[in-house]
This record gives sequence, C-alpha cells and structure tokens, in this order.
Amino acid sequence: MTDDVLLDVKNIALSFGGVRALKDVSFSVKKGEVFSIIGPNGAGKTSMLNCISGRYQPNEGQIIYKGKEMIGLKPNQRCELGMGRTFQNLALFNHMTVLENIMVGRHHQLKNNALSGSLYWFTGAQKEELAHRREVEEIIDFLEITHIRKSVAGTLSYGLRKRVELARAVALKPDMILLDEPMAGMNLEEKEDMARYVIDLNEEWGMTVIMIEHDMGVVMDISNRVMVLDFGKKIAMGTPEEVMANPYVKSAYLGEEIELDQDDLNAEANA
Amino acid sequence: MASHNTMKCGDFRTTYEKDSTIFPTPFSRKMVLASIAFLLIMPIFADSYVLNLSIQIGYYAVAALGLNILVGFTGQISLGHAAFFGFGAFASAWINNSTGIPVFFSIPLAGLLTMAVGLMFGVPAGRIKGLYLAIATLASQYILEDFFGRAGWFTGGPYGAMANPVSIFGFAFDSDQSFFYIVLFWLVLSFVLGANLMRSRDGRALVAVRDHYLSAEIMGINLTKYRIMSFGISSFFAGIGGALFGHYLGFISAEGFNILLSIQFLAMIIIGGLGSVMGSLMGVIFMVLLPEVMEFAAGGLRDVFPSLAHSMTYLKQMSIGIAIILFLIFEPDGLAHRWRMTKAYWKLYPFSY
Ligand SMILES: Nc1ncnc2c1ncn2[C@@H]1O[C@H](COP(=O)(O)OP(=O)(O)OP(=O)(O)O)[C@@H](O)[C@H]1O
Ligand SMILES: [Mg+2]
Repeated sequence: MTDDVLLDVKNIALSFGGVRALKDVSFSVKKGEVFSIIGPNGAGKTSMLNCISGRYQPNEGQIIYKGKEMIGLKPNQRCELGMGRTFQNLALFNHMTVLENIMVGRHHQLKNNALSGSLYWFTGAQKEELAHRREVEEIIDFLEITHIRKSVAGTLSYGLRKRVELARAVALKPDMILLDEPMAGMNLEEKEDMARYVIDLNEEWGMTVIMIEHDMGVVMDISNRVMVLDFGKKIAMGTPEEVMANPYVKSAYLGEEIELDQDDLNAEANA
Repeated sequence: MASHNTMKCGDFRTTYEKDSTIFPTPFSRKMVLASIAFLLIMPIFADSYVLNLSIQIGYYAVAALGLNILVGFTGQISLGHAAFFGFGAFASAWINNSTGIPVFFSIPLAGLLTMAVGLMFGVPAGRIKGLYLAIATLASQYILEDFFGRAGWFTGGPYGAMANPVSIFGFAFDSDQSFFYIVLFWLVLSFVLGANLMRSRDGRALVAVRDHYLSAEIMGINLTKYRIMSFGISSFFAGIGGALFGHYLGFISAEGFNILLSIQFLAMIIIGGLGSVMGSLMGVIFMVLLPEVMEFAAGGLRDVFPSLAHSMTYLKQMSIGIAIILFLIFEPDGLAHRWRMTKAYWKLYPFSY
C-alpha cells in the first residue's frame, strides 16, 4: 500500500449537533479496486461519501486523494481532480433531457463559455459541443439508454433515472467513482445489469469504484474489499469472505445476537 | 431547453449537428425565418401606432430575455431589473454625450457597463438564496434609483438626460420606420445569443444550478461563479433593452425605472414561460398588447354606457390585473408551453389524446 493508493482516508470524525455520524474512520482505496461500504441504516455510509466528495466537511481527519489533501476543497474542485459520484436519493436535473443531463457531466472538460457559447458557430463552440456529444452517445450506448435520450429526466421511471445518473457520473471521466446504493429499489434483472455496468466501468473504463450497497449478494460478487460501518464506526474491513466470517459483522449487520466485548471491537476496527 | 419532444413523425435526424439546432423542427425554422422576413418589410406599410408598439415589444423583450435567463433558467430572483434597464438607458446616453462615440456603438457598451454593475450587485447571490436574495435585489433597485437621483453628471439629475437618435456614418435612425430596424437587429441578435447560450456549456450549467444545485456542484460547476454570472448576463440584456428605450424616446428620466416596472418584467416572463427563450418574447407581446386591447374594449363600452366614462381608466387597470391572475391560474406554465401543446396537438391530429 504505497503509491498505488488512490484515496487515503485518515481518522475522519463527523457530527451533526449531538449525532456522531462518523467516529475515527480510516481506510484506503487502491487504484483499480472495487471497494464496498456496507452497514445498517444510519451507519454513516452516505456521510462518508459526502466527506469524500466534499458535501460535508468532517470535524476531524484527513482525506488524501491522488496525494493531495481534499479537506477545504469544494465539491466542484474535487470533481475536476477526477472524482465522480451518484446519489442515494436521485439528484438529476429534472427539467433537462437525459442527453442534457449527461452533457452537464462534460462541464469541466468543455472549454466554451458564456460568450463563445453564445456565438456558437463562430468560436468553435459548435464543433466542441458536437465532439463531446459523440462521446456522450457512446456512454448512452454503453448504459443502454438510447431510447430515452431525448426524454425529460423527471418523467422517467426510478430504475432508468438511476441509470441516467450513472451515465452522468461516467461522463465526468472520473478516475474514481462513488456510487451510493446504485441498485436500491431495482428488480433482479435491473440489478444484474447494474452489476455488469459497474464491473465494466472498473475493468474496461479503468475506474476505481467505491460503492455503498445493501444487497450482500452483489457486494460479495463484485467487490475486491469491503468495509463495514456501524454507528459511525468501522467494525471490519477485508475481502468479502473475511468480512462475512467476522462475528461482529454478523452481529451488527445481519442482526445475530452475540455478546460483544467493547475492547475487542476497538482492537478489531483498528487492525 | 428540455422542451417536450414533439417532432413530426418521419422527421429523423441523421447527424448530431442537425439534432442540436436551435429550432426543434424544420417547420419552426421556416416559421421564424418567415416572421423575420415579414418584419423586415413591415415598416413600409405599418402605421406609426403599430410601429410604436412593435418597438416597445422589441426593447422590452431584450430586457425580459435577460430576466428570464436569471429567473427562469438559473432559478434566482430579481426585483431590480427595471433599475438595470434604466442604468442601460442612462449609460448609453452618457457614453454618447460625453465621449461622442456613435450611439450605434454606445448601445453595446452600455450593455457591458450595465453587466459590470449587475455582476457587482450579483455578488450576494453567491451566498444567499430565495427570499433573502429577493430582498438583496430589492436593495439594488433602491440603491440604483437613489444613484439616478444623485449622479447628475450621469443622469442629468432631476432634469433627466437627452439621448441622441441612433446614427452611424451620418445616417440617423430618427424615425419610427428606421429605428424599428435597430430594435429588430438587437432583438434577433439577443434571441440568437440566448438560444445558443442555452445549448452550450454555460447555459446548461445555469439550468443545472436551478434544477439541483448540490448535484451541479458535484458535476464540477462552481455555484458562486454561475449564480453571479447569471446576474451579469441578465443585466447585459437589461442594459441593451434600456439603451434602445432611451434612444427611442430621446429623453430619459429616472421615474419610470421603479419597482413597478421590475414587477412588470417578472410578470412578462412568468406569463411567457419561465425558462423559455421564446416565452420571453411571447410574454412581452401579451403585456404590451393587453392594455391596448383593454383600451379598445373600454372605448366600445364608453360608447354604449357613457355614464361609465369616469371609472374607465380604473376599470381598465383592474381588468389588466384580472387578466393576468386568470392567466396564471389557467396557464401556469406560460404561453410558450401552451404553444408547444397546441403544436403537438395539431401534429398528431386526429389522434391527439
Ligand atoms: N445533514 C444531516 N444533518 C443531520 N444529521 C445527519 C445528516 N446527514 C446524516 N445525518 C445523520 O447521520 C447518521 C448517518 O447517516 P447516513 O445517511 O450517513 O447513513 P447511511 O449509512 O447512509 O444510512 P442508509 O443506509 O439509511 O442510507 C444518521 O443518524 C443521520 O440521521
Ligand atoms: Mg445512505
């Protein structure tokens, strides 16, 4: 774990008033990994992603991405450094078409501005827009949403919107993509599609993936490593097999009754 | 942007270029070109009443487009648009009077100067939203009104400012017929610029900020920059519209640029359709013609009921208000939306459900 570390999260603590959403969480993600975060509802998984993507400023700790400190950078600055993400609760631009939504993902790669964009034909803006449009169509093909690309995003079904959100994040060409429950609320077939997309993004598009997911089957199948959060604490981390074998995970996540020794728990988490 | 996709059957696009034109269909392109051709010959036969109304529609529409970019597309609010409109009027007259730069060029320069002022007053928008922003823009309305009153060097103070007619290379556009072309030029230019903006990077960013600012930020959009920029763009068009207004009237006094006019601008874009480039024009046409129609109706009533003559102005004002309220109740999405629905209906006729 030296220079192939893409993201290094150190001792993150975050609280909202009296609620301590994250307590001293540390982990690192290697380049090319599929890294999953699991844990019961309210465990702090989304809060962790929000700290990484810059929506929340943690009270303590460091987040090092590509060797740079992220604390203090705004979400848009982190995006420019190659971070993309999707949201647990849909966050599309509802009045735009699918195509326009995905084109927004091209924002920081496009050079035209208010002036050159307004002069469209005379400044090369048209040429640039069309070139990116072509690349965006490839993403649309990949995610199999060709038939809805002219539809207004707000009118689509939940499953399709999830897919458009993924497409929009992919359009950022991120080196690291954060997915917050990409398969929530999907039927089996949709989940299988989504799992395939995630694998392709990782293997063919070369993206490092950090994924929050409740479906243990999917997590076990596609993750290289898994971290378990419970009440804001990291209670386990390792390969899917290791994590599943962990008694504390069984207790916290799968709801099995086991007597827990607090000291053991801390030792485990810091291992 | 985000127009419902109602192309004609059998109208397939074969290239991305054809697929991203300003006009949704070749038919609407022909319609717009035909209207422009008609407007080009209109001054030959139209009387001064029609020309005067058309010119009014023209300069208000340029300013309303600006406000729609701010309110409709970016989702912010401004209660001070009239003050920027006024600033543009004074600025162009001042540039022309004090430097001798021909009016033809002082108009765009006034637009830029108004933009600079708009950017300055837009700074709070980087931090505050909603009602708080509304109050901040209200402050810009009153600060500018106060400035108009005090800065005699700029506005002529209580006496007002003289604005020369548009002239270039010795040709003066001092009749309604010739000024009509100046307004038409700026109207078409502004709407083309606006439509292009909305299909390119920064226009999308503005809409993204409106629709979901948190995810816009995650997509790499600098919220502060775009919120302030939107005020700049909006003020630019307000300034151009105001400058045209000033040079058309020939005389500018500060009284007209009050909060009432600011609210009228808001009414124009709400009626026309928030977030629709063409809606800005439709709303202005509605708001300019409505009093004329009411006047006409009142004239008819006066002949039938002479006893109503005293209360006629009052009745007229009230019915304008009622018409607007009814409009908002039954057509909350604006004229642009109704127009799209009507087109969709006829396109699919007789199978339009
Ligand atoms: N913006 C906020 N303001 C106040 N409390 C918050 C906020 N965001 C999260 N919390 C609290 O922090 C804790 C962790 O929430 P978080 O959303 O991170 O959980 P999660 O693991 O993503 O849960 P789920 O599986 O339900 O999505 C919860 O107690 C939640 O109520
Ligand atoms: Mg969550």
